[in-house]
Amino acid sequence: MLSFDFDYYKPVTLKEAVQLLETLEQQEKKTMVFSGGTELITLGRIDLSITEAVIDIKDIQECRVMGLNEKNLVLGSALSLTKIEKANLFPLLTKVSSEIADHTARGKITLGGNICAKIFYREAVLPFLLTDSQVIIAGAKGIKVLSIHDIFHEELQLEKGDILLQLETEKSFLGSPFLCIKRRQQWNSGYPLITICALKVGNEIRVAISGFCPFPFRSKVVEEILNNDRLSLEERINTVIEVLPGPILNDVEGSSKYRVFVLKNLLREIMMSLKVEV
Amino acid sequence: MKVIGKSVIRKEAFDKVNGRALYTNDYHSVSMLSAKLVISPYGHARIISIEYKDALNMPGVRAILTGAHLPLTGESLRDRPPLAYDKVRYHGEAIAMVVADTPSQAKNAADRITIQYELLPVVNSPTEAFQPGTILVHPKLGDYVKEQDMNPVPGTNIASHVKIRKGNIEEGWKESETTVEASFSFAPSDHVAMETRCSIAEISPDGNVHIMTSSQAPFMVKQLIAAYFHEDLGKIIVTTPLVGGAYGGKASVQLELLAYLASKAVGGKPVKILNTREEDILTSPCHIGLDAKIKFGADQNGMLKAAEIQYLWDGGAYSDKAADMTRAAAADCTGPYHIDNVWCDSYCMYTNHPYAAPFRGFSHSELSFAIERTLNLLAEKLKIDPLELRRQNAILPGNTTPTQVLLNKSSVGNLPKCIDRLKELIQWEEGQVVEVSDRTIRAKGISCSWKTSTIEANAPSGVILTFNRDGSINLMSGVIEIGTGTKTVLAQILAERLKMDVDKIHVRMEVDTQTTPEHWKTVASRGTFMAGKALLEAAEDVIKQIKEVASPVLRAEKNDLEVANSRVFLKDNPSIGVDFKDIVYGYQFPNGNSIGGQIIGRGNYILRRISRMNPETGEGRPGPEWTVGAYGVEVEFDKIDYTYRLLRAVSVIDIGTVLNEKAAKGQVMGAMSIGLAFAGRETFYFDEFGRVLNPQLRTYRPLRYGENPEYLVDFVLTPQLDAPYGARGVGEHGLLGMPGALGNALSTAAGVSLHHLPLTPELIWRTKGGEENAFL
Amino acid sequence: MKTHTIVLNVNREIHMVTVRSADTLLYVLRSKLGLTGAKPGCLNGDCGACTVNVDGWPMKSCLMLAVEAVGKKITTIEGLKDTPIQQAFVENFAFQCGYCTPGFIMNCHSLIEQHPDADDEKIREWLESNICRCTGYEEIKNAIKSVLNKD
Repeated sequence: MLSFDFDYYKPVTLKEAVQLLETLEQQEKKTMVFSGGTELITLGRIDLSITEAVIDIKDIQECRVMGLNEKNLVLGSALSLTKIEKANLFPLLTKVSSEIADHTARGKITLGGNICAKIFYREAVLPFLLTDSQVIIAGAKGIKVLSIHDIFHEELQLEKGDILLQLETEKSFLGSPFLCIKRRQQWNSGYPLITICALKVGNEIRVAISGFCPFPFRSKVVEEILNNDRLSLEERINTVIEVLPGPILNDVEGSSKYRVFVLKNLLREIMMSLKVEV
Repeated sequence: MKVIGKSVIRKEAFDKVNGRALYTNDYHSVSMLSAKLVISPYGHARIISIEYKDALNMPGVRAILTGAHLPLTGESLRDRPPLAYDKVRYHGEAIAMVVADTPSQAKNAADRITIQYELLPVVNSPTEAFQPGTILVHPKLGDYVKEQDMNPVPGTNIASHVKIRKGNIEEGWKESETTVEASFSFAPSDHVAMETRCSIAEISPDGNVHIMTSSQAPFMVKQLIAAYFHEDLGKIIVTTPLVGGAYGGKASVQLELLAYLASKAVGGKPVKILNTREEDILTSPCHIGLDAKIKFGADQNGMLKAAEIQYLWDGGAYSDKAADMTRAAAADCTGPYHIDNVWCDSYCMYTNHPYAAPFRGFSHSELSFAIERTLNLLAEKLKIDPLELRRQNAILPGNTTPTQVLLNKSSVGNLPKCIDRLKELIQWEEGQVVEVSDRTIRAKGISCSWKTSTIEANAPSGVILTFNRDGSINLMSGVIEIGTGTKTVLAQILAERLKMDVDKIHVRMEVDTQTTPEHWKTVASRGTFMAGKALLEAAEDVIKQIKEVASPVLRAEKNDLEVANSRVFLKDNPSIGVDFKDIVYGYQFPNGNSIGGQIIGRGNYILRRISRMNPETGEGRPGPEWTVGAYGVEVEFDKIDYTYRLLRAVSVIDIGTVLNEKAAKGQVMGAMSIGLAFAGRETFYFDEFGRVLNPQLRTYRPLRYGENPEYLVDFVLTPQLDAPYGARGVGEHGLLGMPGALGNALSTAAGVSLHHLPLTPELIWRTKGGEENAFL
Repeated sequence: MKTHTIVLNVNREIHMVTVRSADTLLYVLRSKLGLTGAKPGCLNGDCGACTVNVDGWPMKSCLMLAVEAVGKKITTIEGLKDTPIQQAFVENFAFQCGYCTPGFIMNCHSLIEQHPDADDEKIREWLESNICRCTGYEEIKNAIKSVLNKD
C-alpha cells in the first residue's frame, strides 16, 4: 500500500503516451513510466520512491510486441518476464530471466522495468549487452534506435520524456552457445551475489556481470584478456580481476573479497564449460 | 487405542483451505482507527527533540503519542518504556505513535514527525557488553523493579546472571586426561511468522478494555495491562483468534500495550496496529543471539568429567524474556550428557540490538550448536567416533542434570535408543564423508539434544466441556491454535477417553480471557501436556456426572455403568443404556419429570513440584520432564567454491506416544526446516550504528520450497508416566539439533572447525583462510 | 486522477469500487470487498501470502494496483470451491498455521491450470514464490504432486 497519492493514466497509443509525458513534465509533475510497477510499489512503501503521476504503458501495442522479423528478435518493454520465458525465443534471456525474483513476481515484472530498475542488479540487460542489441526509444522527437552500448552505461540513460519501447537483437546471436550462472549468498533464493552470463560467438567469449559492482556491465578489456590465447587460464582470470571496474560490492550478500573469490570460480567454470581454448 | 495416534484432520482445516480462517488483522470495522509507529533509525542515540505539530494537523490524525509519562514495562524486569523516552536503545525501537482514520493517513503523519538524535556509542555484541568499563545500555539498572528470580548486576550490562555449580569442577579437571575449549557466536535473527503481529484495542465507556491480538499469551496480556496501567483485571478482555505462526515470537507482550495506549488516547475508540514486515523484524522482539565459551574434559575412555560453560546471551536492549532463556539455558547447559562436575555462568546481556522474544526451543538450539560442535572437537582429539562419544555419555535414568535433578525412566526419554536409530537412518556406517565427484562430496554431521520446559512453577491450564443437545461436545481450552494442531489433538484425547467419535467433538478455536479457562501461555511444547491433563480431568468429571444421572434412570450402580459411543450403558449388557442426547441436558421421564440438568465438565492442571533454582548453585527442579532427540544432516559439498546443498536431515525424538502421526511429523519437519534456515542462512547483519541491514524478506530469507532437504523423522516411544497417554512435548525438538548437526557436517566436509552461524559458503571460505589469501 | 471508480471482476462477480490510484489490489480485496482470504505478509512481493489468480496466472496482489486489474478476471481463494488442491492440502497436512495457505493454494491452482503435467522442476520454479514457515514443504510437495498425478 502506498500512502502518497498520484494520478494514474493508461494511454492506449504511443502517441498519447508521449504527449501525456510531455504535458506532465511541462506541468513539472514528477512522472513515472510504469509497466510492471513493482518497484514503485515496493520502494514507494518505504519512502524510497515517490511520484505524482504514473503513465502505465502496458496497453500500448508497441510495448508488447514479441517476435522475429527478417533480421531481429523484437521484444517489447512491457512484456512480463514470464511471458518472455514461456515463448523462449531467446534462450539466454530465458535463463537469466528465470532466476530473477520468483516465478509469481516475474508475472508482474517486465523487461523494461527490470532494465530501468533502481535496484541495481538489472540482470535482464545482460543478454542484450552480450548481443550488441539495439534499444528503441520513443520520445517527443520521435523514435530513436540506439546501440545498447551507446545508451546503457551502468543504467539506461533515458532522457526526459523518453519511453523505452523495445529491444532488438540480431537473430544470429540467438543460437550461440551460452552459460549463465547466478550465485547467491546461500542456496537458491535471493539477490545475486554474482550473476554472470557468457556467450560464445565464434571462438570468442563475451561476458557480462551483475552483482559484482553496483551496476551490471560488459567490459571489452575483460573479454580481450579472456580471449588472449597467449595467457594460461589462471593468468587470464587473475588479470581480469585486476581490470574489473569498481567499486566491488561489499554488503550483506557478501564481502568484496569473497565476491572476487566467487567471480574467479565462475570465470573458470565458464571458460571450461564453453570450451574456450586455453 | 482408536483415536490416539491417528492422523485426524485438524478441526480448522477446511476454514484454512477456503480462506475463511480469520486472523487478527482480518477483523475490521468502519469505525476502526489505525496506529502507525515512528521507529528509531539508530541502535543507540539520545532523543534531543520530537517535533510533531505539523503531523498533528495532517488529515485524519486523531492523536500522537510519545514516551513521556509512560510506565516502564517488562515481564521479569521493568526496564522497557513502551515508547522510547530520552534514549533509543535499538534500531527499530518505537518512539512515537500516530493514530489516524486510515493506515495511509497514519503513515503520512508519521513521516512528517521529525526527531533529532545525538548518536551514542553502540554496544554491538554481548562480548562487547561484557567488557569492564564499557558503555552501559541501562545506567539505571539498579533502580528497576524486578521479579524474584532475576539477578541483574547494576553498573554492568548484565541483566541477569544464572549460575550452575554442580560437583567439584577442580576434581573434574583432575580426572580429565583430554580437554577441549572453543568459542562460538552468532547474531540475533528473526522468527518470521507469516502473519505479522497485529493488535486491536477498544475501551468501552464502562471501562472494559477489549484487546484482540495475535498472541501466544492472551492471559499474560491481560495480567500485564492490569499491572502496568492499573486497570481492573476483570475488565480486561483479551481475544485471540487463529494465529498465523508464532514460534515463540508472539509470547512477548509488546504491540498490545501500544494498541491499548492508542485507544486510550482517542477516547477508547477501536484502534488497530499492524506491523509491517520491517517493523515485525525490527521493532517487535526477535530471536536471541549468543556468544559462548565451552570447555569439556574427558578421561582416557572418553567419559565426560567436567564442563565449564559461559553463555553470553544477546538479550538486546531490554531483558524481557531473554532473562528466562538465560535461565533455561543454564538448566540444560551441558546438552543431554551426564557430567558430574559442571560450572556454568549464563548471562543475559544488554546490547544495542533488537530485544529477544522466546524462540522455538527457548535457547536450546542455540546452546546446542556450541555444545555439539565442541563435542566433535573432543571426539577428534580423542580419536573416538563422534556418534560413539555421544552414545557413551548420553544422559540416562539415574543420572543427574546440571541443576541436580535425579532422572528416572519417566522423566527422561531414551537417548541411546534415539542415537541407535539415527545411526541407521543416516547410514553412519557408510562413513562421514563420501566422494561423489572430483569436486563434490557428501558429508554427515550429527548432534543430540534435550529440553525441559522451564515455565512458571504455578502455571495453570483449564478446560471446560459443554454439551450440545445432540450429545456432541464443545471443548474449550485456553490453548491458542498457532498452527501446532494442539486443539485437534485435545479432541483426540477426549474422544479416546470417552470412547466416542472425534467428529462429535467441537473445538472452540478462538480464545477470550473472559470465558475461556486460562492456559498460561501457548509455549514450550506444553499445550498437549498441561491442557491434556486438564482435559482428562474434565472428561472424568463429565463421566462422573453422566453416571450420576444415569444411575437412577438405568436403575444401576454407578460402578456398573460404562460410557462409550456417546452413550451410558450397563457394562454387562450394553443394550440397556441412554444416549448422551437424552441425558446431558437432564433426563426426562415419560411423564415429564426431569432430573440432572446441563452437564458441564471442568478440569484443571497445575505443574507440580517445580522449584526455583538456587541462586548460588542452580540446584532445583526447573521442569517436569526432558524430551531427548538425536539428529543428523547430510550435505553435498563443493570442495572448490564451498557451496552446498542440504540432502537429508534426520530427527529421532523420544516422543513418548504419538498422538497424531501426521501432525507430529509435521511439527518435527517444520521445526527442522526453521532450524536449518537459522543454521544456514538467517541472521541479522548489523552495521557500526547497530542498524539491522536486512529487515525485509528479500534480504532476510527463510527457507523456500526446494531448498529443503529430504526429511527422515522417526520416534522412540518411552512413555512419560504422568502425561496424557504418555506423550512428551515435541513442538520444538525438531529444531534443536539442526544447527549442531549442520555445523558438524560442514566442518567435516570443509576440513575446518566452524564456530559461527549462519553457515554460509562465505563463512567457510573465510574460515579456510580465504580472506588472508585474497588480493584486491 | 488520484481516485477512480472502477469495475472489478472478482470470483465471477462484478464489483464497482472507488479506489485511490495508489491502492493495491490486495488492499481493495480485503478492505473494500471484504475478501480477507488473501493475506498481507510483507506487502513487498516477497512472501506470496497474498497470491490470487489473474487471468489464469498467479499474481501477488500486493504488487498490483487495483486500477491495473480492470478488465481482468480475478479469482481469490474464496472463489475456489472443493477443488482437488484444497482437498489435497487437507489430506496431506500441507499447512499448520494456515496463514500462507490461501496464497499457496492459489499458486498451486494456477500451476495445475497452466501446466497439468508439471514435473518436479516446474513445481519448484512455481512454488518457491511462496514462503511457508510452519511446514518443511514436504507436505506441500505431496499435496501438489497428488493432484498433478491424478490428472
